Amino acid sequence: MQERKLFTVTIFSENTVGILNLIAIVYTRRCINIESISASACSIPGVHKVTVTSWSDRPSMIKVVNAIEKIIYVVKAFLYTDDEIVYQEIALYKVPTVRLVDEPELEKIIRRHNARILEITHDYTVLEKTGHNDETEALFEELKAYDITQFVRSGRVCITKDPVEHVTNYLAERDRLRSIQLSGDPSHSPHPFFSEETKENTNL
Amino acid sequence: MSDHKIPGSEALIRSLIAEGVDTVFGYPGGSIINVYDRLYDYQDRLRHILTRHEQGAIHAAQGFARATGRTGVVFATSGPGATNLVTGIGDALMDSTPLVVITGQVASSVLGTDAFQEIDMVDIANPITKWALQVRRAADIPSAVARAFFIANSGRPGPVLLDIAKDAQQGLMEWSHEKCDYIRTYCDRPALDYHALSQAAGIINSAVRPLILSGHGVMISGAEPQLRELAEKAEIPVASTLLGLSTLPSSHPLFRGMLGMHGNIAPNVSTNRADVIIAIGMRFDDRVTGRLDGYAPHARIIHIDIDASEFNKNVPVHCTIHGDAREVLTALLPLVHPARHPEWLASFDRLDAIEKTEVIDRQTHPASGPILMGEVVDQVSTATSDDAILVTDVGQNQMLAARYFRFSSPRSIITSGGLGTMGFSLPAAIGAKIGCPGRQVCAFAGDGGIQMTVQELGTIMAYDIPVKIIVLNNSFLGNVRQWQELFFNARYSQTPMTNPDFVTLASAYGIPGEHITDRADLPEAITRMVKSPTAYLLEVDIHKTDNIFPMMPLGAAVDELMLNATDRLDLSSL
Ligand SMILES: Cc1ncc(C[n+]2csc(CCOP(=O)(O)OP(=O)(O)O)c2C)c(N)n1
Repeated sequence: MQERKLFTVTIFSENTVGILNLIAIVYTRRCINIESISASACSIPGVHKVTVTSWSDRPSMIKVVNAIEKIIYVVKAFLYTDDEIVYQEIALYKVPTVRLVDEPELEKIIRRHNARILEITHDYTVLEKTGHNDETEALFEELKAYDITQFVRSGRVCITKDPVEHVTNYLAERDRLRSIQLSGDPSHSPHPFFSEETKENTNL
Repeated sequence: MSDHKIPGSEALIRSLIAEGVDTVFGYPGGSIINVYDRLYDYQDRLRHILTRHEQGAIHAAQGFARATGRTGVVFATSGPGATNLVTGIGDALMDSTPLVVITGQVASSVLGTDAFQEIDMVDIANPITKWALQVRRAADIPSAVARAFFIANSGRPGPVLLDIAKDAQQGLMEWSHEKCDYIRTYCDRPALDYHALSQAAGIINSAVRPLILSGHGVMISGAEPQLRELAEKAEIPVASTLLGLSTLPSSHPLFRGMLGMHGNIAPNVSTNRADVIIAIGMRFDDRVTGRLDGYAPHARIIHIDIDASEFNKNVPVHCTIHGDAREVLTALLPLVHPARHPEWLASFDRLDAIEKTEVIDRQTHPASGPILMGEVVDQVSTATSDDAILVTDVGQNQMLAARYFRFSSPRSIITSGGLGTMGFSLPAAIGAKIGCPGRQVCAFAGDGGIQMTVQELGTIMAYDIPVKIIVLNNSFLGNVRQWQELFFNARYSQTPMTNPDFVTLASAYGIPGEHITDRADLPEAITRMVKSPTAYLLEVDIHKTDNIFPMMPLGAAVDELMLNATDRLDLSSL
């Protein structure tokens, strides 16, 4: 039996509407539950980064990553375990303000967990904590005693420890080879996948 | 309408023509009526084949694509027209068939409102296409078409869907078409890895018992000459997958048969004796490998494929070469040393001899009793000088046709391999004949499968398409019945068939035919069929409960074969 672990897959893709669905299909088809997912722009212009975590074994996850890389819009996908990345999540908590006023212990908890207060109203207070899953979970456990009414955690975001920026290099190389092929001039830049206008109007 | 602006529907037609399309298979409807209206003016350049069902259209396009290597094009309307294509789209994905499927869609203003005949086709198609795109603006049509053709027929080919909203078809635009040959996120031609090539050559040069597994990828990339050269240079026996048949002529001394569940004994058994396996453009499907932990235990495996996700997917391999089969083999050939393996080849002969007496002779030359499928296939192959395009349906007819038909030129087998779609043969044969009018096209089908798309006799009638249809009628869903006999105590649950008279049915469509019940009448009937200048339907009454052997039952390894219902192949003396 292969060892089950939490794996993080990062996917670099064109910024298209349908991309999350295409990625999700790869997981659901193999009955792999997505633990968390987050998507946003990344440092490369026009490229989006999607980060997905899931519990599985390495051979299955290699197949997932290979299948994701086959999606036409995907530049590259990578598979990581926790030791290969710096990662973080953000969690928000809503507690009744009266409890905060009444119980000095609560203030200590907030300090101990390095949480921040985002908003205080007469009725409720919203706290924020960033950290690893177990850290945000630990605060939640403690707040249970104080009538916490809402708790929500974001998907994981991560940055690799690897000194090489594979995606940037890969895209630069693709574009360079293409430019040479087209014009013999390496400064000539080929068109991006979709024009800005098309992107807005086409449901990808 | 200003002079230089045309509607998106016309832009679509022009872009298809600009991509070199001359034939489209389809079926009209409300959401694609604008395209059909424009088509009316372009019929001299773009021939449209109106099938009798959208499934027929897409299988015909698949047959066309597989016979020619060109991209098949399909039109259908939104909603039911589009969903009728689903089986064919999935089939094309499994069998790496280049298709551009164009479906009409309701106007973008009413998308998501459950408008009449609105269906979310892009999301239905996503898991079964290489690329699926909804086009909502006329101006996007040329670039969408250009990308669709590039994606469909490069890299590992596959089906692409363009779902074109009504307003995109109606909107006016200035048409110009530029072909696409680059998408930065999609690598259609991976660079050759010279390290892997030299590693592979080293493995091949040290081989004592090498075996080539030739798959569909060889055919797709046109690597048949390089395959042959490699096999001959190092005297390596070649086994093929079902879809790899005809990559080496059946008569070539190094062609040693078909792999898989109902493949030949020698290639299956020798897989587990080989010390080096060179797998080219094949994907180690479970019907080929049998039980994985009993697969090729002694072999170092070299896997050549254009699709990197196939590497180590089912079978762990020792060396992977990512690339187009023809490019890879061309680069590999100079590195491979000439070699001879007479003893290894002799071991194939011994296994072949057993298969011949135990299985083949009984199937192709039975002394008495009802007619068997194998003898019909064997005789049709001979009557067409072993050079026809074989199209099969799915079931016993498929496996026996693949086993006993012989091939002398490439791209001569069209069969639904990955999906195993009953009903594939009749429309696929239509497409193959349209794509290759100069070749004889023979479709073999069971009495079950033929009825799944039998309406396409109407297409054959309307367009006078001279395909030869052989209905192997055993009055059963034969393949399922075989499993019921062997593994479910012969409880024939829902497999006996009550059939129409197929010859009368064909005659309703003006297609000549005859019904053979007696072995003595078979040869002349086949001659009449082959000589007929028109389409022809030959219905042959087949032994009702004959089985296909050899058989690698589910869960067995490639060398654990059944020779018949009671005997297993005994390898101890071989
Ligand atoms: C669309 C579809 N439905 C069901 C099956 C399952 N199936 C595989 S073989 C077979 C029997 C085919 O019977 P027939 O067409 O008479 O051919 P035979 O096996 O007798 O040659 C069936 C039902 C299938 N492959 N495809």
